[in-house]
Amino acid sequence: MTLSFRRRAVNAVMLTLTGLCTVFVAGILFVILGYLAWNGARSLSIDFFTKLPVPIGQTGGGMANAIVGSAKVLLVALLMGVPIGFLGGVYLAEFGQSAFSSVVRYVTDLLNGVPSIVIGIFAYAVVVKQIGFSTLAGGFALGIMMIPIALRTTEEFLRAVPVSLREGSMALGASKTRTIFAIVIPAAKSGILSGLMLNLARVAGETAPLLFTSFGSPYWSYGWLQPTATLPVMIYTYAISPYEDWHRQAWAAGFVLLTLVLAVNVAARFAIGRSASHR
Amino acid sequence: MATAPATLPRPHSFAQRLRAGDSIAYTITFAASATIILITGLLAYYLWTGSALTRQRFGWNFIFTSTWDPVAGQFGALPFIYGTLVTSFLALLIAVPTGLGAAIFLAELAPRRLSDALTFMIELLAAVPSVIYGLLGIFLLVPLLQSKVVPALQAVFGFLPIFSGTFHGVSLFSAGLVLAIMIVPFIISVSREILLAVPNDQREAALALGATKWESTWKVVVPYAMRGILGSVFLALARALGETMAVTMVIGNTPRIQASLLSPGYSIAAVIANEFTEATNDFYLQALVELGLVLFALTVVLNGLARLLILTTGGGVKRR
Repeated sequence: MTLSFRRRAVNAVMLTLTGLCTVFVAGILFVILGYLAWNGARSLSIDFFTKLPVPIGQTGGGMANAIVGSAKVLLVALLMGVPIGFLGGVYLAEFGQSAFSSVVRYVTDLLNGVPSIVIGIFAYAVVVKQIGFSTLAGGFALGIMMIPIALRTTEEFLRAVPVSLREGSMALGASKTRTIFAIVIPAAKSGILSGLMLNLARVAGETAPLLFTSFGSPYWSYGWLQPTATLPVMIYTYAISPYEDWHRQAWAAGFVLLTLVLAVNVAARFAIGRSASHR
Repeated sequence: MATAPATLPRPHSFAQRLRAGDSIAYTITFAASATIILITGLLAYYLWTGSALTRQRFGWNFIFTSTWDPVAGQFGALPFIYGTLVTSFLALLIAVPTGLGAAIFLAELAPRRLSDALTFMIELLAAVPSVIYGLLGIFLLVPLLQSKVVPALQAVFGFLPIFSGTFHGVSLFSAGLVLAIMIVPFIISVSREILLAVPNDQREAALALGATKWESTWKVVVPYAMRGILGSVFLALARALGETMAVTMVIGNTPRIQASLLSPGYSIAAVIANEFTEATNDFYLQALVELGLVLFALTVVLNGLARLLILTTGGGVKRR
């Protein structure tokens, strides 16, 4: 009962190859992190967080306006996208047994797959044409991108709440609404919040839809109706510029952005993992 | 207690439903769901009406001609479509075998804890913003290709038209490589889930018949999960087609169709990103919106196919 040498060899070679594929892909993460940390940390200074960009030709300066700009755009996105996605998710998980809900699911998946640049075109038509390049327009674009994921994570975590909790609440005489908002949603709270953080982290790095919605600006942007600088767009503009000092700034901005995005990802994923094992 | 029934309103009265709030909650959440359909509908409607001028003027020639001259008002999108397809398929060519290999390792070979840890890292890779990939593409990948990889490649395969010509760093080839790195995490995480959902008796049966581990995986488990894996490939393709920033930064932004992969090109998403704010007249803008429409149509079809494939395999159970 011996296997032919050829079959054993194929077995060993192919299994090793699959391992190598994994190591290769996982290794890319370390290359990215290492290279960004090496170039980014060298270029980072206090000025980066506190100063405005300086005109071409001068060195120094920072991206304070872009950091604030990104935060403002994300706030608008959050206020616009999350309520719609969250309530839609509640509908699908708690009321959605109809044909309508499968249409909603389908359309949500479709919206999730629409390239971000196309969302940008849409936001340009709907918002920019009325009020011009602005924080609001950028937030609108990112808000639309947040809806599908907000809906999906809400639905998923609500569905993971055991039916017995709902039945217990109903048996005590609570209405369906009360059951949903006082029992089911609190039970799923940590999962939904973690999903929200992941969602924010995802759109925080989006660049394409911001190019022609929030546009960019070398100055502070006041209020919500002016064009504003954002970190991802700054990275793009600075990286493709021919100036050495701007490249340095792009590395610093990339390092800051990636650190934030990955930190949120790690924290949220651990939170989701922990709440899952508690159940 | 005796008076309690008397204070209860009639079963279906408006007041009772209002107090319970059920119909309000239903209406609000229903409205939110309907808003999503409305937004998506508006998006499609705008892309369609916003490109009416160029659709009427050029018809299908928009897709099949290759002169892109905004000054003369001549718009043919073939170079962009070509660049988008070439870079995406190049990315698939690299990412599918690598991703499937890694998914097999993670689902079939690695102990659960190791597999989870590695999957965690690979999913972090999927969270890296596109513009960061572009940054690394410009300053790490392109110089590396220029100094080491491409000279070696041309020394061996230089006689092939696809590897001919001089290499300036930014090219279809660089864009395809960056895309491959960006889509491989999706292929891995979806395929792994689907492989994990293959029932264990399939493996046991194969092993009991004397198959090696590889034979059981390749001839039994993978075919069983094939539709789902194909679904993950379509999803990855849809992402690659619409990917903007990283591609824009390394593709070279040259609207020409050349046989060599090492020559600069252009993609649909990249031209929209570069020219949208520069579109000086309405006609030019409409041409760009029509490019958006092409991209939208492509991704809708691919996502639909992927959804169909994933839902009809075992892996679909997890997605509900």
